[in-house]
Amino acid sequence: MNFDFSDDQKLLADQVKRFLDENCSTAVVRQALEGEARFVPEVWDGLAAMGLTGTAIPEQYGGTGAGYLELCLVAQQVGAHLAPVPFGSTVYLVAEALLRYGTDAQKQMWLPGISNGSVKGAFAVVETMQQVAPDQISTAFSDGVLNGSKLVVSDGNVADLYVVLAQDGLYLAEGGNLKATPVDSVDLTRDTAAIEFNNTASELLTNDPWSALNALYDRAAVLYAFEQLGGAQSALDMAVGYAQERFAFGRAIGSFQAIKHMLADMYTAMKLAENNCYYAAWALANDAPELPLAAATARVGATQAFQLCSRDNVQVHGGMGFTWEFDCHLYYRRSNYLALELGALSEWEARLVDALPLQASA
Amino acid sequence: MDFSDTKEEAEFRAEVRAFIDANAPHYLNEHLQKSGFGNTNTGEYDALEEAKKWQKTKAENGWACLMWPTEYGGRGATPIQNVIWSQEEGIYSRLSGTFIIGQGMCAPTMMAYASEGQKQEYLPKLASGEHVWCQMFSEPHGGSDLAGLRTRAEKDGDEWVINGQKIWTSGAQHSDYGILITRTDPTVAKHKGLTMFFIDMKSEGIEVVPIKQANGNSEFNEVYFDNLRVPDENRLGEVGEGWRVSITTLMNERMAIGGGISTGFPEIYELVQSVQINGKPAVEDANVKSKLADWYVKSSGLKNNASRMITAVSRGEMPGPENSIGKLVAGNMMQDIAKFALDLQGQGGALVDPEVAEGSARFQAMLLRSPAVRIEGGTDQILRNIIGERVLGLPEDMRADKGIPFNEIPTGS
Repeated sequence: MNFDFSDDQKLLADQVKRFLDENCSTAVVRQALEGEARFVPEVWDGLAAMGLTGTAIPEQYGGTGAGYLELCLVAQQVGAHLAPVPFGSTVYLVAEALLRYGTDAQKQMWLPGISNGSVKGAFAVVETMQQVAPDQISTAFSDGVLNGSKLVVSDGNVADLYVVLAQDGLYLAEGGNLKATPVDSVDLTRDTAAIEFNNTASELLTNDPWSALNALYDRAAVLYAFEQLGGAQSALDMAVGYAQERFAFGRAIGSFQAIKHMLADMYTAMKLAENNCYYAAWALANDAPELPLAAATARVGATQAFQLCSRDNVQVHGGMGFTWEFDCHLYYRRSNYLALELGALSEWEARLVDALPLQASA
Repeated sequence: MDFSDTKEEAEFRAEVRAFIDANAPHYLNEHLQKSGFGNTNTGEYDALEEAKKWQKTKAENGWACLMWPTEYGGRGATPIQNVIWSQEEGIYSRLSGTFIIGQGMCAPTMMAYASEGQKQEYLPKLASGEHVWCQMFSEPHGGSDLAGLRTRAEKDGDEWVINGQKIWTSGAQHSDYGILITRTDPTVAKHKGLTMFFIDMKSEGIEVVPIKQANGNSEFNEVYFDNLRVPDENRLGEVGEGWRVSITTLMNERMAIGGGISTGFPEIYELVQSVQINGKPAVEDANVKSKLADWYVKSSGLKNNASRMITAVSRGEMPGPENSIGKLVAGNMMQDIAKFALDLQGQGGALVDPEVAEGSARFQAMLLRSPAVRIEGGTDQILRNIIGERVLGLPEDMRADKGIPFNEIPTGS
């Protein structure tokens, strides 16, 4: 048994970490928080220049074809640095939809652009303030065009290419023929849009939208789980660092068991998530039959871990944790945004249980 | 990443399977499968006798204590071969409970500190199950604060005279030998005045008294020493070095007990498929799904943790303090699961009759046993301290006894 990433994969992760340490500090993330655009182009361009948007895209379409284990570790670093870029929307969702359901012409048309960073993607699904279900989708396709509107689309303002859920299929739509309006979300470091399709020219990807959505979500859930894991680790590191430095009652606050034990619980949640993420990475890379269960397990655990670590990171910081100046709220915001992207925790809990075999041994 | 066996591993696994198929006590299968929490179920057969028989069969064929050197009764196997053995031994490993402490904790301590002659004398009989060993650390005044122990050992010629009391000793009632930590110098700081021995449990001056536990069972004992005389050659490590010796024992506890830990997940998952809520299987209820998902994340997280630990061990690394999460997670989870399982059975869940309550009343047994899981071998709070200090690098707690001679530490009594 070898249940670990290889040295080459770890080396890649380290290179991504070093790039993001230098170019995507929380000061840079704050440009998205405070600025007009909730997107930092230099970070996106840098990731693309390293070939990272094409990590799992085959070389024939301009990618590096490195693979999904590598992509998982890249995702972890993107999450750890709260990168304000459409990495997940473009790489885990739109590129995957093309790879799985696109014609060769569609792949030739778009994947090289994703690989070199010139094309950014968004995945347009949600239309109502309810959990996604067939009766909640009104967007319709006919005569080569889409009509309808989407309530909340991550990265919808910066995207060049959209994968759209309609009543009878998943469609591919180019930017330009649609109206994207910026909206604020709980995470002000992530680009979010409301979108109207008004006779928007579109091409069919698949006419079996719900099974496609499930399959794409299973794959993307693993990668988003790695982002959440990275975020949980950063929030935990920040909390531990503060508990070591901050003195009260004449001692470092980390020496008080009330704080120490809270940090131990954060570590435990993070470690369980990490273990489940590793297994899901294996399932994703090998297209294993265990993928739906492994993905949901990684997703639920990583959502819990990031929410717990970001929440209690605020608590460890006390009043300072509730100021705009301290970075605690950046993790708190991102953890709660990611918890809803791809569907809420309760939906993933149900997916997990529905994927359990009749006799589960774990 | 690769979960499959190498060619050598697959060959070894086939060899293990062949031995188990031909030699394991298959007549106990049905009973062993029903073994619950802390109980080895052997039906009409005597549990200790069956345990010793299986251990002897293993030892005679070179399948006992696989990682020990062959001259001490082992096989000289690699860590990964040992893992394969445990995976294949399956339910028959439930017979090994009697030997876990001796083989998993006492033996590594003996290997590190006993003389060559002693190792050759004692270890093969421990491997073959002929001798059962116990470990005597905890005291009424030294539990989480283990180094606060008070059992005295005083030198008298070539012997030591030991007086005092130990508590929570598993298996002392059928042990032949045991390792014992004592205080030899109360005038120095508490960690510095300790010395370790191994003792013959059949000696004069030892009294073993079973503890009636809160759940009504008696797995543990008190052990009293009244002028027990122990030869100096039975000392493990230098005088005053007992704390360091005990670290060897406790580090191995992590390997011995932390491995395949039960969480109760398979049991609760089986229950929610059969018990109903409003005419439908409970597993279809959203609230039940939410709890199940949370528990599965934990049990699967621990299982995957074990795979990572095996990977590390196969590279020659030692399991570190981060593995303290295992019992912390599993103990709490088991208690929650037991409570929820009773809840699903309505007021009938209160019944403990194995003929009436689901699965031979296993959830009721789990409910009543689980408080101990969160205490034995390191309380939840001690485990959180270990994670906080040794994994996360947080400063240690403030201690009122630091550097003070043991006999001047406040005792509150």
